[in-house]
Amino acid sequence: MELLVASAIGVLTAAGIYLVLRQRTFPVIIGISLLTYGVNVFLFASGRLAVNLPPVLTKTAEGYSDPLPQALVLTAIVISFGMSAVIVMLALVAYLSADTDRIDMGAEKGEEN
Amino acid sequence: MTLFLIVLLPFVGALVPALTIRAGRDVCAAATGLISVTALGLLLAQAPAVMQGEVVHARLDWLPWLGLNANFFLDGLGLLFAGLILGIGVLIILYARFYLSKTDSMAHFYTYLLLFQGAMVGIVLSDNILMLLIFWELTSLSSFLLIGYWRHLPEGRQGARMALAVTGMGGLAMIGGMLILGDIAGSYDISVILENRDAIQASPLYVPALLLILLGCFTKSAQFPFHFWLPHAMAAPTPVSAYLHSATMVKAGLFLMARLWPVLSGTEIWFYLVATTGLVTMVVAALIALFKDDLKGLLAFSTVSHLGFITMLLGFGTPIAAVVAVFHIINHATFKCALFMPAGIIDHEAHTRDIKRLGGLRRLMPVTFVIAAIASLSMAGVPLLNGFISKEMMLEEASHTVWLGSDLFVPVLAPVGALFSVAYSFRYIGHVFFGPVRTDYPAKPHDPGFGMWIAPAFLVTLVVLIGVASDAMVGDLVATTSRAVIGSSELPYYSLKIWHGVTPALFMSIIAIVGGLVLLSAHRPLERLWRAISVFEAKAVFDAVVESIAAVGRRLTDGLHDGSMSRYAGVFFVTVLAAGGLAYFGGAVGAPTRDPLPIAVVPAIGWLLLVICTGCMIAYHRNRFLALVLMGVIGVIVSIGFAYLSAPDLALTQLSVEVVTIILLLLALNFLPRETPRESSQGKRLRDAAIGVVGGLGVGGLVYLMLMSDFAQPTISAFHLENSKTGGGGTNVVNVILVDFRSFDTFGEIIVLGIAALVIYAVTETVLRGETGRRLARWMPPEPGAGDRHPLMMVVATRVMMPIAIMVGVFIFLRGHNEPGGGFIAGLIVAIALVMQYMASGFAWAEARQRFPYHRMIAAGVLIAALTGIGAMIAGRPFLTSAFGYFQIPPMEEFELATAMAFDVGVFLTVVGAVMLSLESLSRIARHAGETVNLEPMDVMPEETETPEKETQ
Repeated sequence: MELLVASAIGVLTAAGIYLVLRQRTFPVIIGISLLTYGVNVFLFASGRLAVNLPPVLTKTAEGYSDPLPQALVLTAIVISFGMSAVIVMLALVAYLSADTDRIDMGAEKGEEN
Repeated sequence: MTLFLIVLLPFVGALVPALTIRAGRDVCAAATGLISVTALGLLLAQAPAVMQGEVVHARLDWLPWLGLNANFFLDGLGLLFAGLILGIGVLIILYARFYLSKTDSMAHFYTYLLLFQGAMVGIVLSDNILMLLIFWELTSLSSFLLIGYWRHLPEGRQGARMALAVTGMGGLAMIGGMLILGDIAGSYDISVILENRDAIQASPLYVPALLLILLGCFTKSAQFPFHFWLPHAMAAPTPVSAYLHSATMVKAGLFLMARLWPVLSGTEIWFYLVATTGLVTMVVAALIALFKDDLKGLLAFSTVSHLGFITMLLGFGTPIAAVVAVFHIINHATFKCALFMPAGIIDHEAHTRDIKRLGGLRRLMPVTFVIAAIASLSMAGVPLLNGFISKEMMLEEASHTVWLGSDLFVPVLAPVGALFSVAYSFRYIGHVFFGPVRTDYPAKPHDPGFGMWIAPAFLVTLVVLIGVASDAMVGDLVATTSRAVIGSSELPYYSLKIWHGVTPALFMSIIAIVGGLVLLSAHRPLERLWRAISVFEAKAVFDAVVESIAAVGRRLTDGLHDGSMSRYAGVFFVTVLAAGGLAYFGGAVGAPTRDPLPIAVVPAIGWLLLVICTGCMIAYHRNRFLALVLMGVIGVIVSIGFAYLSAPDLALTQLSVEVVTIILLLLALNFLPRETPRESSQGKRLRDAAIGVVGGLGVGGLVYLMLMSDFAQPTISAFHLENSKTGGGGTNVVNVILVDFRSFDTFGEIIVLGIAALVIYAVTETVLRGETGRRLARWMPPEPGAGDRHPLMMVVATRVMMPIAIMVGVFIFLRGHNEPGGGFIAGLIVAIALVMQYMASGFAWAEARQRFPYHRMIAAGVLIAALTGIGAMIAGRPFLTSAFGYFQIPPMEEFELATAMAFDVGVFLTVVGAVMLSLESLSRIARHAGETVNLEPMDVMPEETETPEKETQ
């Protein structure tokens, strides 16, 4: 299981980085979202993995998964929505006012390689 | 405690002018004056104790282990300076009331003035050098605002900028010096530093500390070669010049030299640096002042000269010289302030300050003439006025000072400075007030009203009284202050009297006065000579230096910041990967200590789906719609993964966030291009892919290693599990952490979320009003929209679902404390229920039925959360402490109520408000772009279908 989670995070991160390095706003936003998934799962996994041990206290439970990273990631998920919303808005406004969704300023003289 | 109040009063009072200006300018000035008078009164109430030799302390420890304390103390030196600052402040507020014209914003002026006053008082009362530094910088900033008060004048702006650059630079140097000093003494408290003279002077770091601190003092007090900013700061309104540039701010440097005099002075380097700088400044500035035609320029350079005078005395390093310095600080403040104010009056009435265009004002402005003449004579050092006594004493000290083995250097140059001083003082009187009455003044000069001349009149009264009866007037003050400066209760012998007998100083005085008069009589030819030889303009040099530094900065910034975002991101990723690689290859990785969990079939399928979707995302991301669909799939798999790995709260949150994120991106995609063009070359794509793969391998490997090993140290999670039920009253530990254990974090997070939503709202508002909004109004959709925009089935279904969805939200909210759920998740669910109405029946239709705006919902949420926290404080517990209890209302089961639930209501409201405000903002753009508004909930109302058919027939 650990291998699956670790490799999934790795795949998400790799794709996220690749997309963030694109030239247009939309793939960059998608890339940041993928990175967010990766980072959130990473933070969550720092409490180590556990199956069928939710951190809800009961008399019969054999143990609990680590609640602290879960609480932190919960707010991180909501905050990352706020962040996505802001950059989406900025991307939209930039496109509407500049008529292009390129992320590079001065693209004419910028590197085109 | 009073000391805190004295310092705080001007800062708090800075709000008063803005609040009172609507009641009229007189009320505004009176209220502002009252602030300063109150602070002065509080100060004077402490004065008797200080005069008895007591030192008043006020301590407030903030971060004592870092040496950061809000400590104030009041000794003689602090009393003198605080008295000058507040006392002259009151006079300036009075004078400014009549000086400012109707078009000048009085509230702004007084606000800046009070901010400055507070900062100055802070400097002179601080007992902690770190706090002193903050006040020091505050004076630079507030004086920037004051000098640039007439922001429409380019000279004002340039002067303010120059003053800020020079004094700010000095301030930075001083921070370094002060930190070194505190380090040597082992404390940042001034009272402790003052007791460590030997340790400080023996330290190898004494010289660097001294140099840095003096750099700060010299720039602030406009000592040569940093004197050039002060004359340019004269572009400020005259009350500012009178306040900052004669009595207070420029004396901050002197104050600090006096404050640290017991520990820093007495060494050779101190003597040669400080005394020489002072002497040179005194002579050079006095010479320049003689040839200044601008009345305030003349006074500015004379101020520089007198500051040099005092600096030189402090530099001598002898107790008696320090006494004279203290005495002259008092005298200079009185007569120089009384000279600036008439200069402002003349400017105000004659509409010019150019000496060449003035003359003969004696008959036209008799009151102003008397005030200016007395103050000028005192500045020249004429007997029976206070300037005479301190100058006499200075010359006496100078007469036996040996400089580099020469016993003539100082005794000759000091009277030369005094001689120039006499010349420009008499020029102020002679060329402005004497001579024939002219006919070509820009305006007809006459004496101003009482309000404008009373302040300088009061000051010249002091000039005369101190001059005639110095000992009775200020004898005690000088003695108390001098004890504080010298740092010992033993004072050297001195006497503040007019007649000191036939001494060398008397001859020097006579030479200075006679020589000064001779010099003035030859002013015209001398001026031609001066103009011929003086080609050096400090401002041009300063501008050239600033310009060349800015050019270097520009080249550097342009080189690094070429506007290519993907390059910055690439540099960032490579740097992070390199740092990670360095750590990995430089350290050791321990063997796995945990057994891996078995891999079940279903999770393996989920993993495969995620990997395939991510791969497809890379391959097909150019089709943006497809990319969104793939992102949705990935999000759902992540949510299921959370659920599988014992995190039900995360699963619920991720799922609902996923829904709103996808809707948000769909709304945005409506206006963005549908496709991403293929732009990057093969090489760049390969390079980016390589960065991505290395990053993915690095992060994945890191996670794997982390997951396979145990915690290096026991975590704090066990505490939360143990205390969740007993201390927080809930069994869902994640929710209890959010609303109880770490509710302060959550409080901050909902504020961030609210701010993000407000930013989106504000951006939308701005955009729709500007050029983009007009362009948007002409926007045409690239493809025709759906013919059935609000389908009947969807409208009906969402309407039926709305109450159910909201009920689910309430249920999730209520059970949140004990079962998976809570404010965040409930907020998202309710937001989705609302969004469904928007989607089904259109934005305008739903908006018309919305009772309260979403930004108010955010505010309400944050306020409720804050009030819950404050409630705990009222109950005597720390902020956000929660309480809970169990209640029963028959026939229901026993239930629990916790204050944390009120906090969760705040979270809930903020989340709903923030999500809805973001989506709503995007919809507003759509509506602006010409999306039609439907009045009915759906396109085709079933009961009306008959009507259009009839019409078509």
